[in-house]
Parts: sequence; C-alpha cells; structure tokens
Amino acid sequence: MMRAVVVLLLLLAAFPLRAEEVIAGLSQNRVSLTVNFEGSDILIYGAVRREGALPEGSDLDVIVTVEGPPQPAVIWRKARRFGIWVNTDAQEVRAAPSFYAVATTRPLRDILSAEADLTHRISTRLAIFEARGTADRADPAAFTEALIRIRERAGLYQSRDSTIDLERDTLFSTRILLPKNIVEGTYSARIFLLRDGDVIDEYETFIDVRKAVLERWLTNLAYEQPFLYGLLALALAVFFGWGASALFRFMRS
Amino acid sequence: MQIYLPIAETSVNAFTLLGVGGGVGVLSGMFGVGGGFLITPLLFFIGVPPAVAVATGVNQVVASSISGVLAHLKRKTVDLRMGTVLLIGGLIGSVIGIWFFNLMSRLGQIDLIVQLSYVIFLGIIGGLMLQESLRALLRSRNPAAGRRKLHVHTWVHNLPFKMKFRTSGLYISVFPPLLVGMGVGILAAIMGVGGGFILVPAMIYLLGMPTKVVIGTSLFQVTFVAAFTTMMHAITNQSVDVMLAIFLILGGVIGAQVGTRIGLKLRAEQLRILLALLVLAVCGKIAFDLLWTPSEFFVLTVPGRP
Repeated sequence: MMRAVVVLLLLLAAFPLRAEEVIAGLSQNRVSLTVNFEGSDILIYGAVRREGALPEGSDLDVIVTVEGPPQPAVIWRKARRFGIWVNTDAQEVRAAPSFYAVATTRPLRDILSAEADLTHRISTRLAIFEARGTADRADPAAFTEALIRIRERAGLYQSRDSTIDLERDTLFSTRILLPKNIVEGTYSARIFLLRDGDVIDEYETFIDVRKAVLERWLTNLAYEQPFLYGLLALALAVFFGWGASALFRFMRS
Repeated sequence: MQIYLPIAETSVNAFTLLGVGGGVGVLSGMFGVGGGFLITPLLFFIGVPPAVAVATGVNQVVASSISGVLAHLKRKTVDLRMGTVLLIGGLIGSVIGIWFFNLMSRLGQIDLIVQLSYVIFLGIIGGLMLQESLRALLRSRNPAAGRRKLHVHTWVHNLPFKMKFRTSGLYISVFPPLLVGMGVGILAAIMGVGGGFILVPAMIYLLGMPTKVVIGTSLFQVTFVAAFTTMMHAITNQSVDVMLAIFLILGGVIGAQVGTRIGLKLRAEQLRILLALLVLAVCGKIAFDLLWTPSEFFVLTVPGRP
C-alpha cells in the first residue's frame, strides 16, 4: 500500500502533465437540421486550470478540432477521352470525416510536433484513413489532397490557423461554422492544450446534429420503407398536380 | 429563404426552386410541352446532385401530366389500347433504364451518362424545333409551298403480329409501339423526363396515329411510366426528394396557368423559335461543361448517397 502511494507520488512528480488542465464548453450541444437550416455557428470556449505558477520558458497553445461522422468515399480523377472529360481512375478512402475543422492559436506546424500529430490525428491529412492497396499507385497523395481540396471548397473541411484567442494564457474561445451541407450524426469536438509541440491535456465533447422531425421522418421513410416513400411521393405529385389545376378551374368558373 | 432538402442533404434557395418550377411551368403552358427536359438540367445548374435531379424530375412529370391525362380521358381522346401497348413497352424500358442508371452510378459514370444524354437529345430536339419553326415561318410568308402528306405507309406497317387499334384507325404490328414505348421508358429512367418530345413525333410520323388522339395517348403513357419510374428510383437508389418535388410542382402548376394564358395571346411561331433557342442554350451549357478543361480534375462520391 505504502509502496503504491510512493509510486503514485513519484509519477505525479515525474509528469508535470496535469499541472495544466483544459476545461471547455460549447454554445450548443445540439444542431437541428430544420427546413430552413442555413448552417450553424458554434462557439467553443474554455479555460486552462493551473495548480502552480505559470510555467516559464515555453508557450501555451490550444487546438480545437470538430469532426463529423466518418464516411467511406471514392475519389475519381478525370481525363480527356474522345474530346470529353470522363472519370477514368478512382481511389477509395476507407473513412473520411464528413466534416473536419481545425482551429489553432498559432500556425499548426509551429505548435504541433509530427509525433503528437500521429498520436492524436489532429491535422486534416491524418483524419482521413486511406484504403489498403492504394500504395502501388504512383500518386496516392494526389487523390487524398483532392478530397481535402474539394471539401475545403465546400466549407466541409476548414483549416483555421491562428483563429483562437487565448487571453492571459487562460481563457480561449473560437467559432466554428457548420455549413448548410453537413450530414447528421454525432460530431466530436476535441480541445488540445500544447506546450513544446506536445499535447499536455485533452478534452472531448460532442455535438449532436440531427434532422428535425419532418426531415428525419422523410429520410427514415426513404431508406427504410422505400416503397411507402415512393407512394408518398406519387400521392403528393397527384394531389398537387391535379388539385392545383382543379383549383384554378374552380377559380375561373 | 433556404430550404433544406432531406435527401439531397443540402439547402437550396426556395425562390430559386419556385422560379425553376414556375419558369418551366410557363414554358410548358405556352407550348404544351412537359418541361422535364428543362427541369432536370436546371436542377444540375443550381447544385442538386444529378441522381436526385433525375429521380425528382420524373416525380414532377407525374404532377405536371396528371391533370392533362384526366382531361383527355374525359374527352375520350385517348387510344387506350395503343396507350397500353406503349405503356407495357415503357415499363420494360424503365426497368432497363433503372438497371443501367444504378450500374453507372456504381461505376461512377452516371453524371457523364446523364449529361451526354442531355447534350444529344436537347441538341436533336432544339435543332429540329428550330428548323421546323423557321420553315413554318417561311411557309406562312410563302403560302404556295407544298403541304406534308398526312398518312404515309412505311416499313413499320409491314411487320408481323398485327393488332387493331380502333380509336386510332390503325392495323399495325405491336412491335413499333412496344419499341417506341420502351425507348421512352429508358429515357424517363436515365434523364428524368416524361419523354413526350420523343413519343409525340414517333406516334405521328412513325406509327401514323391521328393527331387528335396523340396528345392524350402520349400523356397516358408518360404519366404511368413516370409514376412507375419514380417508384423504381425511390426503391432502388433512394434519390427522390419529396421536399424538392413539392417546390417544383407548386411553381410548375402556377407557371403552367400563367403560360397557358400567355400562349393564347402571343403568336406561337416566333415563341417556338425562342423555345428552340433556349433548349439549344441549355444543351450548349452542358456540352461546354463536358468539353471545357475543368478547374478541378477530381470528383468525390460517397457510396450509398445520391
């Protein structure tokens, strides 16, 4: 017993890791994809709790990532065939986050070491899991880079270097915009505290993105009861198509 | 105002959608065309995924043709027997088209196939319409020019398995109408159109049907084939978006009423030239996208999503 306590005390002394802890919160934990959804701005804020004095000699940095549910994806490359542009070769991605945002206090490369990035998979490139068997291709990176580029243009991947305000090495906040074309699911928000390129503390919380009642019902029906959904689509078409012209005829007479 | 489309999984401006539906509705009211061949490409242009645009476009065709077919049934200007033969062909064609559509989706080529079909068909229709209306314009200035013969016997009338179509006054083989219907069914499934633009000329020039039953019979076939194709898309690839459909239908129904009134007041021949030019412009835009070197050489697809 005594020995265990000593070991524990030694461990605590050897790892000053917990000297600084991150506590964070979100402006909202739920996003509802309602009929007039235009995107949602999420405020992520927090504070650094410190047991002792502010450590000297190194800078404190914060990284915030928000990650949407992963999906498989296929990236096609176009080439000219018979004069027109055709999808010619493809590369599969086992899982790529449907949404990924990285916000930092300073440029990511300056504050995060490659090892820490590999361990925690923070940069966008490392959040994407390529499928096996793509190594034999001449340029597998071109496809993954294209995936990132396309999603960045759609606002689904965001590299927001130096957008976190860190005040007096204690309080920080940043905003992440979830665009209108996000998919539903559980989004994870991770907050990392860094010193000398290493992660010294980490905090994770979740955002629940759900379609609103009607949208959810329609999607579920479409995927789970496609026959009924098809009938519904036809019934609506007949109702509006025939109903509206009947209404106009009635109004004219 | 943005509208979230649950199947397309994106938001589109509601007024843009009503405008697309309404604008095409006005044209369809003015010219008596279904307008599916304009709705689907316009949906591509505003960022609706092609698969959703096709499946929802065909759903919209049901709405835009249902009241027409009911009116024609009441007036007894539908050749039900011919309609049924065309419909059987149409259902077979729709199944083939849906199979091809889903196969091409899996191979990542569906966007190309849809775009290519549009370039070809819009090019042909626009070109023929332009030629026809220019000729009509010339004829109206020069009334001495000859008229077309109404009933011509062609190779179509010499095939086996003849069947009597009393309403149309025809005794012809069932193969030509079956094949015509099939072609229309394939187009409905791949392009999200009703196919009236192919069906009507084929019925007049190929089958030799009298014009008084052509519109009613083609609407009859188109409505049922479109309904069946909507079901097939809903069941096999879940890409019918009813939210999108409702906005297109509402816009379309109102637009068609406006268009019918405009059509009564204006001279058809000149307007037809405008429609032909519009069709050619849409064709040109799609062709340009296929031919022009793209700014992005990669495209992204997510399996299982339209």
